[in-house]
Amino acid sequence: MRNTTIIAILCLLSSFSARGRTITVCPSCTFSSIKQAIAAAAEGDVILIKKGTYREGNITVDKPLTLRGEGYPIVDGQNQAEVLTITANNVVVEGLDVRNVGTSYLEDRAGIRARRARGFAIRNNRLDNTFFGIYLEKSSDGAISGNHITGKAVHEMSSGNAIHLWHCKNVLVEDNYLRGHRDGIYLEFVDSSSIRLNTAEDNIRYGLHFMFSNNDDYFHNTFRRNGAGVAVMFSRRINMWENTFEFNWGRASYGLLLKEIYDAEIHDNTFRENTIGILVEGSTRLKYRNNEFSRNGWAVKISGGCLDNEVEGNNFLNNTFDLSVNSTTNTNTFNGNYWSSYNGYDLNRDGRGDVPYRPVKLFNYVVNRTPEAMVLLRSLFIDLLNFSEKVSPVFTPANVADEQPLMRPLIFRRKAQHQK
Amino acid sequence: MITIDNLHKSFGKLQVLSGVSLDFGRPGIYAILGPNGSGKTTLIKSILGMSIPDKGQIRFQGEDIRGRWDYRRQIDYLPQIARFPDNLRVSELLDMIQDIRGEKPQALGRLIEMFGLQPFLDKRLGNLSGGTRQKVNLVQAFMYDSPVLILDEPTSGLDPVALIRLKALLLEEKAKGKLLLATTHIMNFVEEMADEVVFLLEGRIHFRGSVDSLKREYRENNLERAIARILQGEQGFSANGHSQEAARMARSYEL
Amino acid sequence: MLKILKYSFFDLMRSRWAYIYTAFFLLFTLSLFWLSGGLSKVIISLMNVILVLAPLIATMFGVMYYYNSREFSELLLSQPIRRTHIFLGQYLGLALSLSASLLLGVGLPFALYGIFGSPEIWNFMMLLVVGIFLSFIFSAIAFFIALRNENRIKGFGLAILVWLFFAVIYDGIFLLALSLFSDYPLENLAIGASMFNPIDLSRVLILLKLDISALMGYTGAVIQKFLGAAPGMVVSLAVLSAWVLLPALGIRRLAARKDF
Repeated sequence: MRNTTIIAILCLLSSFSARGRTITVCPSCTFSSIKQAIAAAAEGDVILIKKGTYREGNITVDKPLTLRGEGYPIVDGQNQAEVLTITANNVVVEGLDVRNVGTSYLEDRAGIRARRARGFAIRNNRLDNTFFGIYLEKSSDGAISGNHITGKAVHEMSSGNAIHLWHCKNVLVEDNYLRGHRDGIYLEFVDSSSIRLNTAEDNIRYGLHFMFSNNDDYFHNTFRRNGAGVAVMFSRRINMWENTFEFNWGRASYGLLLKEIYDAEIHDNTFRENTIGILVEGSTRLKYRNNEFSRNGWAVKISGGCLDNEVEGNNFLNNTFDLSVNSTTNTNTFNGNYWSSYNGYDLNRDGRGDVPYRPVKLFNYVVNRTPEAMVLLRSLFIDLLNFSEKVSPVFTPANVADEQPLMRPLIFRRKAQHQK
Repeated sequence: MITIDNLHKSFGKLQVLSGVSLDFGRPGIYAILGPNGSGKTTLIKSILGMSIPDKGQIRFQGEDIRGRWDYRRQIDYLPQIARFPDNLRVSELLDMIQDIRGEKPQALGRLIEMFGLQPFLDKRLGNLSGGTRQKVNLVQAFMYDSPVLILDEPTSGLDPVALIRLKALLLEEKAKGKLLLATTHIMNFVEEMADEVVFLLEGRIHFRGSVDSLKREYRENNLERAIARILQGEQGFSANGHSQEAARMARSYEL
Repeated sequence: MLKILKYSFFDLMRSRWAYIYTAFFLLFTLSLFWLSGGLSKVIISLMNVILVLAPLIATMFGVMYYYNSREFSELLLSQPIRRTHIFLGQYLGLALSLSASLLLGVGLPFALYGIFGSPEIWNFMMLLVVGIFLSFIFSAIAFFIALRNENRIKGFGLAILVWLFFAVIYDGIFLLALSLFSDYPLENLAIGASMFNPIDLSRVLILLKLDISALMGYTGAVIQKFLGAAPGMVVSLAVLSAWVLLPALGIRRLAARKDF
């Protein structure tokens, strides 16, 4: 529904802009600067920027125009200023190479900013070293697609987000490549938007970050080697499917963090080799289906205050720990999952094990108390401890169990993941 | 060829050799006799460098053997217990010894024929009978032409035919001018073969000389009885605290 | 030394025990594949078995082999060869034959199930390297103990005790110490303690490959820094080599001085 409205807007936009004149900008043309061209242009005109380097900052697009780069002209802010600011509706920016906004501790400078704009399209641009890459505030009904945004963020405090949305609605963020920022994509008070087919890697905080946002979807994205893959906090009705979360390693790293979330569906995702696959805090009524957790430190870690989560039909493959819970009361259910460390039997041949699987191990409890004991992982002594606990549970909650564990892993058919 | 000078050796509290001096200068067959625990084996092992003496010196052809190993190239050794790696074949064992010594054996073919080992060459040592193993043991000991041959209970486990062959071999080696040292309990063997007897008792040399002189000294026609006399006398001597000379006197009175 | 090694190796490779040991690993690995299929799952299951069994078997074989070849060693001692070479040669022959059994028994099924060309190959290699290290370490310790103790029963008992200590008891004490002193920073202790036990060290080396995700999560900065990087791997392998070298030097020293 949301997608079709956005596509309709885009069609409208392109037919609209086709009607205008074309003003050419090049270093040896009548217009050698973009600012001059914008000043001379009328609504609906196309400004064609030829290959070259334009050392200009603080360019404001204050009327509906199309800025089109040819051969990726370089627009260089020389580490002094924000490069491009859109303040009008129906603006298209495409094919530009925006560089060197420079770090500022006083203002959130961006490579391309849209302020109170509607019907914008920011597509196929390259942004490098732009502090904040693309920054939308109070804007709606637009799309950010096919952009390649890179930075060299080192510290969280002195870096910006690759794509930053604040108070926005109906935005499509699609097919972007985001690396080396604080967050790949940051959403705050953003509703009814879609995030898809993006790749966010090597960002120091999160690949994708939701704050106070509702009714959003994200799917077919890949989050790799970020401080943490995705954080969904204080948001409602966020659906997530067919994303890949991988290699998010570190002391406070996880593929997906769910904090204060209600009523979300998490399905068909792949969590591979993260320190923690999913970390759930204070979240209620979530459904986890058909996800694959392979070789994570902890596949799922549920902290206190999580009620009525349903974990069903997932594959847990060779994780160091399948599940960690830190409270003895449990209303979350685990049913019909495949656990690779399950070694029960199936006498009646219905494909489900005849004895329940208990995913919480005693060693987990030990490690929670004494983290250094981790170096004893998989030792014979620990195996003996786990075994005795399995025989007669004392420290681990007895009711956390999958009563019908699968004997064989599920085979998931996923759409081809977009890779950049 | 071998000179032993004031050899001492103890294992813990047990004094096994206490001041043994011996000189094996001339070729010939020397029998080293003595009751169990008298230090025979330790003496042999000291010569071979297996036991390390506490005190004293052993010279092989004039050179101190302490810390050396190359002199053993000139010694052949027949251990008492013939145990070999179970899963090697007879031929492989013989190859191994050749490999270690790094030289071709002079008499291998003849020995194999002599002891009838041809059919066993491809058999694993673990599958052989004790007698056959002992024959293999003999072959490995005699296959080189070293000037010194040390034999620890050479007659044990041999059938009469093999025993006759062994004796012939020993005489043959002696004729080549070799020095042969043998420990044994079989007095017939000593009477028949030995040129000289060394009798050890409680870590000391009690007697050294030819078989005849031993018999003469103890006035027995039979070697076995002469030996028995030494042992009884020694016991009496220890028990009563008499001097050796007095014990000998007492014995002649009895006669 | 090489000559002795060669014949010891041949002798041992043909022994019943070598066949049983190889066959055990062969059947065990095959049945793991048959039951679960996945390469990585089999590697994890095998890890537990190799970490316990390779040291145990090396210990038992080491003691047994020394005592069984006691008389033959005497014959060798009478040969023109250095005494240290005899025992080091026998030890190396034993360690190599154990390694060969492991390599064959575990390697064949993995080759059959296509380990080559799988990304798991490095984990598998680490498992083999560690298994071989453990065979070398524990057969050396066993040989050393046997050389020191002429009494077979005493030697055997002592060797098994050493195995039990490193395989189980050590970790129990380790865990107890960690929980008793959990108010103090324990990272250096944790790393240090793993270094002093070859089984723990081997386990940590495999963990670095298999469970890096978890290790990176829970442990403190020192462990992360140490374990997460190439130097940690190099240091661990160096310490394992020292664990081989130490008892081997012990064998050499004893062999040079002992009375037979």
